[in-house]
Amino acid sequence: MTKGYGARLAEIISGGIMKIHEYQAKELFGKYNVPVPAGGVAFSPEEARTIADQLGAFPVVVKAQIHAGGRGKGGGVKLAHSLEEVGTIAGSILGMTLITHQTGPEGRLVQKVLVEQGLNIHKELYLSILPDRSTAKIVIMASEAGGMDIEEVAEKTPEKIIRVYIDPLTGIHPFHCREVAFRLNLPAAAMKVLTAMLNNLYRMLLETDASLVEINPLVLTAEETVIALDAKVNFDDNALFRHKQLLEYRDLDEEDPLEIEASKYNLNYINLDGNVGNMVNGAGLAMATMDIIKLAGAEPANFLDVGGGASAEMVENGFRIILSDKNVKGILINIFGGILRCDVLAQGVVEAAKKTNISVPVVVRMEGTNVEEGRRILAESGLQLITAVDLKDAAGKVAEIVKN
Amino acid sequence: MSIFVKKDTRVLVQGITGREGMFHTRQCIDYGTRVVAGVTPGKGGQKMDEVPVFNTVAEAVEKTGADCSLIFVPPAFAADAVMEAVDAGVSLVVTITEGIPVLDMMKVKNYMLGKPSRLIGPNCPGIITPGECKVGIMPGPIHKPGGPIGVVSRSGTLTYEVVHQLTLEGIGQTTCLGIGGDPVGGTNFIDCLEAFEKDPDTRGVVMVGEIGGSAEEDAAAYITRNVSKPVVGFIAGLTAPPGRRMGHAGAIISGKSGTAQSKIAVMKESGIHVCEDLGTFGKLCAEVFA
Repeated sequence: MTKGYGARLAEIISGGIMKIHEYQAKELFGKYNVPVPAGGVAFSPEEARTIADQLGAFPVVVKAQIHAGGRGKGGGVKLAHSLEEVGTIAGSILGMTLITHQTGPEGRLVQKVLVEQGLNIHKELYLSILPDRSTAKIVIMASEAGGMDIEEVAEKTPEKIIRVYIDPLTGIHPFHCREVAFRLNLPAAAMKVLTAMLNNLYRMLLETDASLVEINPLVLTAEETVIALDAKVNFDDNALFRHKQLLEYRDLDEEDPLEIEASKYNLNYINLDGNVGNMVNGAGLAMATMDIIKLAGAEPANFLDVGGGASAEMVENGFRIILSDKNVKGILINIFGGILRCDVLAQGVVEAAKKTNISVPVVVRMEGTNVEEGRRILAESGLQLITAVDLKDAAGKVAEIVKN
Repeated sequence: MSIFVKKDTRVLVQGITGREGMFHTRQCIDYGTRVVAGVTPGKGGQKMDEVPVFNTVAEAVEKTGADCSLIFVPPAFAADAVMEAVDAGVSLVVTITEGIPVLDMMKVKNYMLGKPSRLIGPNCPGIITPGECKVGIMPGPIHKPGGPIGVVSRSGTLTYEVVHQLTLEGIGQTTCLGIGGDPVGGTNFIDCLEAFEKDPDTRGVVMVGEIGGSAEEDAAAYITRNVSKPVVGFIAGLTAPPGRRMGHAGAIISGKSGTAQSKIAVMKESGIHVCEDLGTFGKLCAEVFA
C-alpha cells in the first residue's frame, strides 16, 4: 500500500495530527456557536431519508464523509430534491470507493454521509485559522475566492488571499476581525456574524489545540449572513493528552490496521510496498536508512521510528508489527543510541525473539550509548543475527538477503 | 574555540531527578561538563549524586551561577520550564523534551522575543563541544575534540551518524548541535551558520536536514551571501515520494518547497557540497575539508 506516504511522513516529522470528519467538525462548531447548516450524519439510505424528512425542505445536500478533500469533484457530494432522491443518492454514495486527488488511486470506502439543508448561496468565501510555524503566530487566512482549491488560488492569484497574524500572547482583537471582514467586502449584517465567528473559532483553536480549522466554502447567504458550509479540523497529536474527549472523534476505519496497532505503542509506523522491514530510532535516521536501503537496490516495507525514549517493550512491539507484514523477507535494525540505549534495544530484540517466531533474517547495526553492553546481550542471546559494521554494510547485507 | 557552550559553561538540569534526567546528567558529568545544579519542584535541598537540587530555576541560578539549562521535563510541563529558565536569565536553554504541543511552543517563542536567552530545541539531542562540554543526550565517545568542523542538524540520531563518520575519517569537531525538528523551535540553521562563520577555529560546516519545511532553502540562501567556509550538506528522505497535495491552508503557509530534490537543488546552487549517499558521507567530508 504505497499511498502518497510522503504526506504521512511530513505529518509525522512536523509533529503529527489527528483528523476528524466534516460532520464531527461541525458538531464541534455547534458547541462553539459557529453557524452551520442544519443536518445530521447517516449510515444508511433509510437514515438519510429520515434526516432529510426532519429538515423539511429541499434541496438537501448528501456529502460523503471521508478523511480527504476533493470529495465534490470525485462524485461524493450531490444535491437531492426529494426524499426518494435522497435515498437513491445516499445509496449510491454509501459503499462507494471515492477517489479524489487526496486519497491516492486506491480511494477510500465511504461508510457515512452527511445530510444537510441546502442554502441560498449568494457568494462562496474561504476562511481558515491555524498556527503558522514560521512566524510562531496564529494566522487567519480568508479569501473572496471560496469553494475552490485554495492551493491553486494561492499559486495563481496570491493577492486574493488575506492573511492576518495574531500574537498568541495577546490574542484576537476587534481590529483583526475588521481587517478580515472589510477585505472580504461583506455587508454590515454579515460582518457582525463573521466577527463573532472569528472569535469563536479562535477560542476553539486554543481550547482544542487544533492545528487547522478550515471552512471552504464559507457561504454568504442571500439573507446576508455567513454559514460554514464545509468544515475541516485537525488536531495536534502532541496535545491530545489534555483533550481526552477529542479521542472519541478518531475513526479507525480511516487508518491502516498496522498503523493503528503501532500507534497504541507510540510508534511512528507507515506500511509500504517493499520487503525490507526496518526499525530505526529517530525519524531523520529512519528516512536516511530507507534511502540507503533503496540505494542498495531493495525496497523498504515500512517506515518505523521507535522514537528517542523507546522502551524494551516498544522495541518488542515494533518487531511484532514488522513481522506481521507478510511481505517482509528481511529486517534491518539500525539504532544509534542516545536516549534509547543500545542495551535497552538489545533486550527488546531478545524479548521479541522469545515471544515471536522470527522467520526472516535480521541484520543489526548498532552504535552509540551503551553499545558494548548491547552487543554483549545480543551475542549471548543465542539468536541468529547478522551484524553489520556500518550503515552501508547493513544495507548491502539486507539487500543481498531479500534478493535471494 | 566553539559556539554556544565551552569548558566553563555552568549547567543546570531541569528535571534532574527523573529517569532520563538522572541518566543523562551522569553521562554529561562523566564527559566533563560542569553540572552545577538541578531543579525539581518539591525536591529542593536534596542532591542527585553530588549535584544540589533546587525548587526553582531562579534559586539555582542565584546560588550556583548557572548560565545554561538542560531540560528533561515531560511535554505537558516543558513550556513552563523553558519560560522559567528564560525568566531566571539563563542565557542558553537546551530543551531535549519531545512532543511539546505546538501552541505551547508558540507562546514560548513569543515570550522570548526581545529577551537575551537562546533556545536550542525542543525535540533535539542538545549541543556538545567535544572534549569540553556536553549538554545533551548524544553519546560522547563518537565525537573527536579539537575541530575544525562544526555540525548542525535538524535530526537527532542522524546527527550521531554523521559525527561518527567524521570521527572515523579523523575529522574533529568544534561544536555539534541538533536544533530539533519541531514546527516551532528556537535556534535555527542560520543562527548556527552565523556563529560557525564567526568562530575562528571552525573551518567548515556540516549541515544535516530533512524533507519538509523550508529551513534548508533559507539556510542555502544565507550561505550564498554570508558564509565563506565550505559546507557539506545532507537531506534525509531523498527517496520518499512527494506528498499528495494537502489541498488546505497548511500547504500555503509552509510554501512550495520541501521535497528532498528541491532542497538539494537549491543547496547545490548555493555552493553546498551535497551528499546523496549517507554511506559515503565521511569520505565526501574528507575530500571537501582536506
